[in-house]
Amino acid sequence: MSRAFLTGNHAAGYALVAAGEANRGARGCCGGVYPITPQTEIIEYLSAARFSRGAIVPVESEHSAMAVCMGASLNGGRSFTASSANGLLYMVENVFAAGYYRLPIVTVVSNRTIGPPWNLWVDQGDSLALRDAPCLQFYCESHQDLVDTILVAFRVGEDARILLPALVAQDGFLLSHTQMVLDLPEQELVDRYLPPLDLAHRLNQAHPRTYGGMTWPRDTEKQREEIQDAMDLVPTVLEEALNEFASVFGRRPDGAFSAELTTDADTVLVANSTMVRTAREVVKSRRAAGERVGLVKAKLFRPFLRDQFEKAIGAARRVAVLDRNHSPGSGGIFWTEIATSLRTRSDVLLQDYVVGLGGIDVTPAVIEGILDDVQRRDGSVAPLFIPEAAL
Amino acid sequence: MNTGAPAHTHRPRGEALWRPGNGACVGCGMSLGLQWLDQALDEVRPYMIVPASCAVVTPGSHPNTAFGVPMVASTFASSAAVATGVSRIAKLNGETDPIVCWAGDGGTYDIGMATLSAAAERNEDVIYFCYDNEIYGNTGGQRSSATLPGAKTTTTPIGKREPKKDIMAIMAAHRVPYAATLSLGHRDDFMRKMQTALRIAGFRFLVMLSPCPAGWKSDPAEGIDLARAAVDSGLFPLYEVFDGMRYRINARPDGTPLTDYTSRQGRFKSKSLDVKAMEAAITEQWAYLEGMEQVFPAAGTDAPID
Repeated sequence: MSRAFLTGNHAAGYALVAAGEANRGARGCCGGVYPITPQTEIIEYLSAARFSRGAIVPVESEHSAMAVCMGASLNGGRSFTASSANGLLYMVENVFAAGYYRLPIVTVVSNRTIGPPWNLWVDQGDSLALRDAPCLQFYCESHQDLVDTILVAFRVGEDARILLPALVAQDGFLLSHTQMVLDLPEQELVDRYLPPLDLAHRLNQAHPRTYGGMTWPRDTEKQREEIQDAMDLVPTVLEEALNEFASVFGRRPDGAFSAELTTDADTVLVANSTMVRTAREVVKSRRAAGERVGLVKAKLFRPFLRDQFEKAIGAARRVAVLDRNHSPGSGGIFWTEIATSLRTRSDVLLQDYVVGLGGIDVTPAVIEGILDDVQRRDGSVAPLFIPEAAL
Repeated sequence: MNTGAPAHTHRPRGEALWRPGNGACVGCGMSLGLQWLDQALDEVRPYMIVPASCAVVTPGSHPNTAFGVPMVASTFASSAAVATGVSRIAKLNGETDPIVCWAGDGGTYDIGMATLSAAAERNEDVIYFCYDNEIYGNTGGQRSSATLPGAKTTTTPIGKREPKKDIMAIMAAHRVPYAATLSLGHRDDFMRKMQTALRIAGFRFLVMLSPCPAGWKSDPAEGIDLARAAVDSGLFPLYEVFDGMRYRINARPDGTPLTDYTSRQGRFKSKSLDVKAMEAAITEQWAYLEGMEQVFPAAGTDAPID
């Protein structure tokens, strides 16, 4: 295990290269890439890599970047790319297509605000716009979490029971451009962790298939059901992947939800990405002051494991959701999922807080304000924007 | 559990790339083009990348497919990029089966243009074949930037006003190793150009004028004659461009009047059709081509010669 001091983007680049390299004994790897702030250093890292059997193709758009990935994956290669904000939105059609072709392509997203107006800072509206895509979604809190989760995403996505693409998200700038010390998984261990990709439905002259041709409604419905079936198996496959990760690398990445200090907690904060780290400090200090507060880290957004979420909050009666995203006319997007998960729990006061939009800092003071607000409220109201919530 | 994704349609390989029983219209140029492609390939088996088009709809619905070779129905704008990914992995594994994009004019001149341009600029090892029927045929006949001036379509009900985009000039400007026009009225020339394309590495661009009786409002039995008239009148020149620079003209106008072509198609029964203006444009186009061939001839170079 080697210690390193890297930016989130370079850490992500390292993990993608290691994953691609791990398929050198099979059909190799290939990714289409296109720059956009704040992920650009990832694709620069990929472009500078020397693969034993791999190719990086700098294309003319994100739409084509994913199309190159699809072609590579259909031909049996391990495939990956990275994007952000409007670039990811430009890619959307082909992310859906990758899922419907059942191709396990991993896309690292350095989250950024969708424009116009143009804003480079973090906001999760970009990857969450892919809420309804046939695609896994992970949100990472640290450089270590990011590197580990990228490897886990390949392992889960390529599993024959799953065969779906994955987005692995990090907060733009907050992770992508800051440096942290982390353990870099060595190639030899990555080789052990990621078996050679064996895509049973890859292009094959001996079995000439038509991929993505016309279907009638019933067959389409069946295809969608199969994707749901695959999503339903993610908890099982993810658990196996995390256990295997622990046995190979000696540490266990977080799963779908991590409950921290939730035993006997009355109030639980739900956060994802870097907000987890700030919320953790606030929760610890409140605990030290004798308050029964806890934290749930929400890492896996798709599939959204409702049962696991309900378990994670334990006996808490007040749940505050931090959403660094906003669906106009609805509210926070994690909150929407959580409200569905708790639909039978009339005993729980669930309040959504839309925070940090467009890259506003979510400071300890902001989270303190949210905890104060949720603890004193008589009932929940429509999602609160932070200026209101911080009162 | 996954019982086999229905998006992947599998049928035992037949002897044909494009099998009987497909749903192409009577007189479809695209359908005949696929059969000629198959004959030109002979024993070679290609990977086909086909963006949204009649070539995705007419093979039939799952679990049937008229394609007897692997075919990826790509998103509309993506065929040249999907082909890139397929090609790069094939190269990494020493595989040489040709990778063929088979796209209509909508997927080539319009929505796929940026993708096509980029793949050409990267000189990907792909054969890009455009069957050009000068409309969005699959959606019922809307104008594309390949539609001729004066032609009626459902979105140009009084006839299109703008000239047809010169796709060959665009592709030549990319300096691709090989670009050629193909006609169903000239089978030997078609086969020779396919052979040439198969011999050359890198990005190869082929465009075939593809009669579409439904969109052209023409007699299905006359498709080949129309394709020939388009060449003989000078409207659709047959030529090749090597490395984007060296020109070879394969057939010259023989005096056939343009009206022999236009009068047999309902799409040209429009008040905006200006035959004189089209003839003037044809004359200009030929002056350009002849000039290019004279100054930058393909003969005498290392270009394959018949």
